[in-house]
Amino acid sequence: MVNVITELSKYAIVLFLALYTLVGFRLVRKPEEEKRAALWQQDLLLFGMHLLSNLILYLNTENEKILYFAGAQMVLFMAFLILQHVIYPKVDHLLNHNLLVLLSVGFLMLARLSFDKAERQFELAVLAAGLTFLIPWIIRRSAGKLRGYYWWYGAAGLGLLTAVLIAGKLSFGAKLAITIHGISFQPSEFVKILFVFFVAGMLYETRELRRLVIATCAAAAHVLVLVLSRDLGGALIFFVVYLVMLYTATRQPLYFLAGLLSGSGAAYLAWKLFAHVQTRVLAWSDPFSVIDKEGYQITQSLFAIGTGSWFGLGLGQGMPFKIPVVEEDFIFAAIAEECGLLFAIFLIFVYLCSFYMILNIAMCLKDAYYKLVAAGLGTLVIFQAFLSIGGVTKFIPSTGVTLPFISYGGSSLLSMFAVWAIIQGMYLKRSDEVTGNAKGKDAKKEKAEKGRKKG
Amino acid sequence: MQKEKTPKKKKQKRVGKRADNREYSNIMLLFTGIFALMIGYLIFFQVSESREAINNPYNARLETFEKRVVRGNILASDGQVLAYTKVNEDGTETRYYPFDCTFSHVLGYSDYGRTGIEELGNFQLLTSNAYFAEKFINELREKKNIGDNLVTTLDVDLQTAAHDALGEQKGAVVVLEAATGNVRALVSKPDYDPGLVRSEWGRLSSSEDSILLNRAMQGLYPPGSTFKTVTLLEYLREHQFDSENYSFTCEGKVPMGNSSISCYHGTRHGVLDLPGAYARSCNGAFASMGQELHVDAFRKLAEQLLFDSDLPLALPYSKSSFRLKDSDSEALRMMTAIGQGDTLVTPMHMAMITAAVANDGVLMVPRFLDRTESYTGATVVERYPVTEYGRLISEQEAETLQEYMRAVVENGTATPLKSDVYTAAGKTGTAEYSSDKNRSHAWFAGYVTGDRPDLVVCVLVESAGSSSEYAVPVAKRIFDAYYAGE
Repeated sequence: MVNVITELSKYAIVLFLALYTLVGFRLVRKPEEEKRAALWQQDLLLFGMHLLSNLILYLNTENEKILYFAGAQMVLFMAFLILQHVIYPKVDHLLNHNLLVLLSVGFLMLARLSFDKAERQFELAVLAAGLTFLIPWIIRRSAGKLRGYYWWYGAAGLGLLTAVLIAGKLSFGAKLAITIHGISFQPSEFVKILFVFFVAGMLYETRELRRLVIATCAAAAHVLVLVLSRDLGGALIFFVVYLVMLYTATRQPLYFLAGLLSGSGAAYLAWKLFAHVQTRVLAWSDPFSVIDKEGYQITQSLFAIGTGSWFGLGLGQGMPFKIPVVEEDFIFAAIAEECGLLFAIFLIFVYLCSFYMILNIAMCLKDAYYKLVAAGLGTLVIFQAFLSIGGVTKFIPSTGVTLPFISYGGSSLLSMFAVWAIIQGMYLKRSDEVTGNAKGKDAKKEKAEKGRKKG
Repeated sequence: MQKEKTPKKKKQKRVGKRADNREYSNIMLLFTGIFALMIGYLIFFQVSESREAINNPYNARLETFEKRVVRGNILASDGQVLAYTKVNEDGTETRYYPFDCTFSHVLGYSDYGRTGIEELGNFQLLTSNAYFAEKFINELREKKNIGDNLVTTLDVDLQTAAHDALGEQKGAVVVLEAATGNVRALVSKPDYDPGLVRSEWGRLSSSEDSILLNRAMQGLYPPGSTFKTVTLLEYLREHQFDSENYSFTCEGKVPMGNSSISCYHGTRHGVLDLPGAYARSCNGAFASMGQELHVDAFRKLAEQLLFDSDLPLALPYSKSSFRLKDSDSEALRMMTAIGQGDTLVTPMHMAMITAAVANDGVLMVPRFLDRTESYTGATVVERYPVTEYGRLISEQEAETLQEYMRAVVENGTATPLKSDVYTAAGKTGTAEYSSDKNRSHAWFAGYVTGDRPDLVVCVLVESAGSSSEYAVPVAKRIFDAYYAGE
């Protein structure tokens, strides 16, 4: 009987996620009312998938904690949705749904891999949701004032990255984290966001060459410090985010191409010069020839994905622990192994759908500054997902990047929550623009409205 | 993105807005493209690359396949079962090998570690391509699915003939189809019963006879006179216009430094032309040729024939070696020319060289597996293609060597292979491997043409003695069996 349930559910959760993404894509560009009317469909699919997948995991592992944990997640998800509905009724709820789907899959896999880490991740998620809850309000109210301080963002970001380079501890050959009072965190996860605000502040109002040169030099400095820390994934993300923002700000495809060319040149040089870059390229181009050493991780990842095949070995039935760093950078392989490649591909669609939503917000905004910020943050998310998934599947060399909302890690989770909150703030901004409300006024109005509702 | 039907005015407005946002659309397009490529790659990987990738000894997950699938059968090319698994009443499984020792090394074992075709096809045997509905129902009932059948290229009659002909002697036999590379038989002796490996492990693994070693593919032996084919080809290349004038007077031995090289049993061959020297396997003639050959060209030829190179083989093998250098002594050159010296070769490699000669110079990749079928035989899961490795020697050279090899059977050292039914050709060899001249390996590498596809046979009998007394009869029994089974 148990077997019947787990076997059938295996196919059901793929179906649920497929339908979920379908609804998401269908609604990306639909008007507000239509989106709202279809919200319940996604709610249903989201919670259906959540309950069913946790049920399978419970039946296969017979660990009762899984049930309590799934319940706790339900409470968190419900609370998040309800609070957002009440306090920010006009945010993009579809985007919030995507956040919850990714979180749910992340908790599921972590609970399967290491229950302790899953619990810790859950605590961090609660914390992150709380800490970032006010961000949409702040953005909506006072982003106008925040845009002036871009020099501070640049300086603080570069300073933090340099601090990591000097004081960071080495893990897997790269300096990523600083430890303060026993708490380790990765500044680059937050500097990414500061960087987007810095570049947006630099480029939104002027296209004069001097400014472009300064901005480019500052961006290059960020990338260089990251390369010196051997954080190749981080360096690539900063580089691509800058290129995209430069292109959208200047509308010059030539800048984009020139950037790509010089980036490729720099990558080629790095490959020629640095052994650790060569190692990664070798592990990508011919991992089976060095299966004992450099190619071990990626080949284990390919074994996991290939053996899992389309529908997966079933939750708790695979051997994800054979893949080094499976809870962090290589979690996508564990998902593909146990939930199946189809499920994993639909998960990719969730990222893609989120990216469309964010860029759609950018396109609807009128203020050039916010447009740039939205484009930068959207690129940040989608490119990070690309680096992570591409690296795990041997589509590109592995650069050791976390999968947004899914990989284990507090800094990554918190920064992604922050990105989402900023984007929701801009979504509110957009509806303000549409309704023609000026920046400060509408907040008061809404307060008044809320007061009326409560009364 | 979706296009909606909108009134014209609104549409125009949209176009204007889109132009404003062209950069954003482009960025969306760019990432859509990149992700489409990545997802396409993932699907491609799953459909066509993953099978090969995951069938790797480093993939521990394969071990768990045994919990879900009953290992499939291995079949001979005509469908006879060579290995099958029976599920016992208590749910345990036993692997049976109906032909006992006959197919030992080539099939290998799967009970106590894995070797041979059991290892090569492990993934296929543990994957079930039964009907989806059947598998689904099995999964619901927690019953194991039945693994796919692996159809090999092996022929039961030829394998049995080769196995019986070697008898109690140590050695190896390789039988290939020249035009396809199909491995029709592969014998290594001493042998073992793959079904008893677990219970006899102690004896098998500690034996001084290296019972578990697949001599046909991993045993390295001095090639002896079979290497004269290579020396002959090098001589022909260096004497394109005057090889017909070749003449050598054999006195039974030639001086080499302080000692001498003598012909087998000290026979005096008298005056020989080139075909005569090859057919009678005159050591004196070939040793003298060795004195004057260009060493670099000689080594290049050996490399062309895949000495010191990787061979296109799916089962584990040893690399053959040819070490002659320009700076080596004259004595070593002479020894190398007659297949002694430092040269070492596996019976499989010798069979491949002979197959290339028989196939007009083109080597086909030796092929062990023909196809994978679902256990009922209803669907063919995968066919393993016949593949050409490439040309080793020119067509003209191959034809010349064919004539020389035929002469060996007509009036040389392999006359017992003369037959009314088929035409045999080949080269015999006696390889000394120690100072005791009475203990030497017997070789035969040749092929048979006639009404049936050309069949290559390479025989090696360890420490037996003269080739014609030991290796040639083995080849004869295989040729006879091949044409008897017509």
